[in-house]
Amino acid sequence: MNETERILLGHGGGGKLSRNLIDREIVTRFGTDGPLVGLPDGARLKLGEETLVFSTDSFVVSPLEFPGGDIGRLAVHGTVNDVSVSGAEPLWLSLALIIEEGLEMTVLQRILDSVREAADEIGVKVVTGDTKVVACGQCDRLFINTAGIGRKIPGLNTGLDKIKQGDVVITSGTLGDHGMAIMAAREKLTLNNELLSDTGSVHRLVSAAAEWADGVRFMRDPTRGGIAAVLGEIVEDHSFGIVLKEEKIPYNPDARAVAEVLGIDLMHVACEGRMLLICAPEIAEKIIAAWRALSEGAGAAIIGEVTSDRGRVILKTLIGGRRMVDIPQGELLPRIC
Amino acid sequence: MKYIDGFRNHLAAKSITEDIHRLAGELSEQNKDARIMEVCGSHTMSIARYGIRQILPENVRLISGPGCPVCVTDAAYIDAAIELAERGIHVVTFGDMLKVPGSSRTLADARGAGGKVHVCYSPLDAVKLAKESPNEEFVFLGIGFETTVPPVISIIKKAKAEKLTNISVLTAFKLVPPALEALASDTDVAVNGFLLPAHVSAIIGADAYENFVEKYKIPSVIAGFEPLDILLGIKGLLEQLTGNRAELVNQYARVVRKQGNRIALNLIHDLLEPADASWRGIGTIPQSGLVLRKEFSNFDASKKFNISTQGGAPDKRCRCGDVLRGIIFPDECPLFDRECTPLFPVGPCMVSSEGSCAAYYKYSR
Repeated sequence: MNETERILLGHGGGGKLSRNLIDREIVTRFGTDGPLVGLPDGARLKLGEETLVFSTDSFVVSPLEFPGGDIGRLAVHGTVNDVSVSGAEPLWLSLALIIEEGLEMTVLQRILDSVREAADEIGVKVVTGDTKVVACGQCDRLFINTAGIGRKIPGLNTGLDKIKQGDVVITSGTLGDHGMAIMAAREKLTLNNELLSDTGSVHRLVSAAAEWADGVRFMRDPTRGGIAAVLGEIVEDHSFGIVLKEEKIPYNPDARAVAEVLGIDLMHVACEGRMLLICAPEIAEKIIAAWRALSEGAGAAIIGEVTSDRGRVILKTLIGGRRMVDIPQGELLPRIC
Repeated sequence: MKYIDGFRNHLAAKSITEDIHRLAGELSEQNKDARIMEVCGSHTMSIARYGIRQILPENVRLISGPGCPVCVTDAAYIDAAIELAERGIHVVTFGDMLKVPGSSRTLADARGAGGKVHVCYSPLDAVKLAKESPNEEFVFLGIGFETTVPPVISIIKKAKAEKLTNISVLTAFKLVPPALEALASDTDVAVNGFLLPAHVSAIIGADAYENFVEKYKIPSVIAGFEPLDILLGIKGLLEQLTGNRAELVNQYARVVRKQGNRIALNLIHDLLEPADASWRGIGTIPQSGLVLRKEFSNFDASKKFNISTQGGAPDKRCRCGDVLRGIIFPDECPLFDRECTPLFPVGPCMVSSEGSCAAYYKYSR
């Protein structure tokens, strides 16, 4: 058995089941040629001399408002980040709302204010949109879709084919905060400090790294499925592998506490404002220094390197053991973004 | 987290690992090896997660036991839960149960087809749901060992106190000591040391194993779930094996008391009584389960909805039973990583994160 008769929640988990669905049902219909080939975060579209990057994302997070953000900020950051890690400067956004009858007007206003604030902070403009209202019970309060367009940064040409043995893997900060903040809010877990979502834009991190564009091989914001999913996808069908050092991976102590309580591996948990970057070893420290000068990159760290261990992500554990890091399978934490 | 980090310290780990290698050397001079069964699924997971197997000497083998509650839950029980969901009854469960194959389908399939299946992190969520919809029926899937039993049955006490009549529990609770006896007396199972569970022991107390160790003369150490706990547990077992001793040692004394947790044990005794139980892949073990006492039959879903948790026909090729008894390693099953993967599991050991096959698949392929 390797197909299901119906869509399961796991098909949206960002793991292998999602990947199967996309490969079988989307790629076969739309991705056999053109910009969708290889499923990049954003489509690179050549228009005369200019290259534009185009991306879209939908948001169904529950609760709508959570420590550190809300669905409005998330909807801006999610799409802006997909455009940014495709090597572009984000410019324009669309905003489509699907609203359930009965949503409090004050909640909608707060969320739209958040969209506005987040867009202003980044310098992107909402330029088109749509509003639909469905009857009570036909969606859960508010779903948002955004699409974004950006302008390609010249010289910043990243891609999996550029990754070489000896390259270095960098994170811009602690991992898994967003997913754990949502779960702590949903499960009403009481922590020593309030755990905030990391929702934020990575566009300044991309611009900072662009200074060493030649050595930057790959960029991705680890959302659903966490770094395990991103790194697993990177090594899949490639001649290299990745080894991570557990002691070097930065985690927020409160995110770790939530993960311990819920029995979740933080490597599988989503961030919404972090970046993973693979680059040549000689520029790693420079990028780290540049990132640490920014508030969103203050926790930047080297966490691993590219090896010749074909197709495998290996974790060197705290106590000196080694284990495989696998792509998460199906449903882990539904509706966290 | 400070408390946890102390038990993940790499310098301490290194020093204990050296001791383990030294003891294993002595063992090998005596022409002996160590075949240690970690009984509990949380041990299995922790061993895989920290790569402990890889740092052990060759003559120290860790064999995963039957202590993953999802893995030993009968196919017929899953079938019953699916049937309840199909009858329009709300089924509330921990997430691990969703993908466990019954005779032909899973609860995730039932949910995809419109069945009312809710995943929760706390059994109390079931009480909350039942209160919110007084005209609907709610069934909590009561699986698990001594650790999980008290929080699950506490919902019955709560429901009783709040006069809720629309909530019940479908029980398939299991007990560890009778399973240990079954393993120790099974001649196919060649284990010469037991790493005993941490949290189950916190409930039942260290004394609960005294008779077992006395009777079967197998070295046994109660160990916690952190990597240093496990390494210390292994070291303790090797010390007994090299010294030809067979004792019960409580390495996890910071949590496990001799008498266990009285409040939890009283709660179990008040609501439940022992009964024979069927373990998936292993068969019936006498007095190894817990069922609700007669006076609580209103909260017993099998009685309330007249549904059987017996019978069931899991895939015959699945060798989870042999994996659970430590007779084969997961990758020796012909289905492993072929037809049986965490995404499309054939057997229950591939489902739960605590399942031996899932842990093998995830961390050691």
